[in-house]
Amino acid sequence: MNEEIREVIIVGSGPAGLTAAIYTARANLKPLVIEGLPSSTSDQPGGQLMLTTDVENYPGFVDGIMGPDLMGRFRSQAERFGAEFLTSKVTRCDFSSRPFRVWAPDPTTGEEQEYASHAVIVSTGARALMLGLESERRLMGYGVSTCATCDGFFFRGRDIAVVGGGDSALEEANFLTKFADSVVVIHRRKALRASKIMQDRAFKNPKIKFLWDTVVTDVVGDTKVQGLKVRNVVTDEESTIAIAGLFVAIGHVPNTDIFRGVLDMDDNGYLLTHDGSKTNLEGVFACGDVQDHVYRQAITAAGSGCMAAIDAERWLEAQGEAPPEINETPTEW
Amino acid sequence: MGQHMLALTEQTFDEEIKGSESPVLVDFWAEWCGPCKMIAPVLDQIAADHPEKIKIAKINIDDNLELARRFEVMSIPTLILFKDGEPQLRIIGAKGKGQLLEELQAFL
Repeated sequence: MNEEIREVIIVGSGPAGLTAAIYTARANLKPLVIEGLPSSTSDQPGGQLMLTTDVENYPGFVDGIMGPDLMGRFRSQAERFGAEFLTSKVTRCDFSSRPFRVWAPDPTTGEEQEYASHAVIVSTGARALMLGLESERRLMGYGVSTCATCDGFFFRGRDIAVVGGGDSALEEANFLTKFADSVVVIHRRKALRASKIMQDRAFKNPKIKFLWDTVVTDVVGDTKVQGLKVRNVVTDEESTIAIAGLFVAIGHVPNTDIFRGVLDMDDNGYLLTHDGSKTNLEGVFACGDVQDHVYRQAITAAGSGCMAAIDAERWLEAQGEAPPEINETPTEW
Repeated sequence: MGQHMLALTEQTFDEEIKGSESPVLVDFWAEWCGPCKMIAPVLDQIAADHPEKIKIAKINIDDNLELARRFEVMSIPTLILFKDGEPQLRIIGAKGKGQLLEELQAFL
């Protein structure tokens, strides 16, 4: 067991969590960031930006920056001010009494460890949804991909499919035309959810075609993807299309399973916050995509991470838990 | 890249893999792949922890596309464990240290 009671524990390490880490570290709160575990298929340290390439809209980077590089910089900045990192994933929490407690496996031994703190900042983010087909799981890495930026390269000269109708789907489709001969966007409705600018870009791209009112019912292939079984939801007509790669971008789900029944959330599992970053529990704050299904940008996540850090600091101060201000001038007058 | 890492190319691959007495875990990666960067330090640690048991080698697929094709790599990171020159185990996608050690247990 870990006896030390910390000022603040930050769960999750995307733009929100790392910004909260920078601010709380600078406020001398010595945050422990439980950053998550490497993964290509769900949530991971650094968050969703770890699966992207160029980030063109993060202010300050005139020529854009690679997602993983940007997150590397966030992390280094937090480390510089003394944030401590644990590469593990929180498996359960107990917020029923103070200090709050969370449990996570030790990165080396795998043994579950307890960590306690006066305040908790939840920034566990959201992860991409998959179709949930057995064939999709079986062919993961053999034509089914969760990371267009990682795997687009392997589909040079091939025909591939992207499922979804939002910004992420069109962004992936556009990106994948750098490699693929053709990209078919399969969407269950007749109209896209994506922003106007993304739609315009996609409609103008000669390599992108659309399959409207259509859902994927199966992925075809024994050892690698060879096609998709699809069904038109209006006519109920079924058909098979030949493709070599499948990329799914049908939306996100918040990583809130461990907080179910503890923190208030909406019907989709997004945490509810009020007065800034406060949750229903005093001393527990939430920031980033885990509480935002509307904006979902690196900059809004970072901004809300800053809010959570300030809210946590003020709350700790009010509780008498925050460390005294460091005197920068001699105390004898 | 840690000191226990070996960078393989199309020219050196067969010799290194076939000539190795210990199993070689080959990491197919690329500079532009975020998850590949996530697992690089984990692989460094595993290599440092088990220097006698296992060798870890890297293949940059940008420079060695033929090797990626030969082993039908369609997603990175992909880790393939070679023993006596033959592929024995394939791990696709980034994973944490604990999970990787579990999958590699039989070879460590």
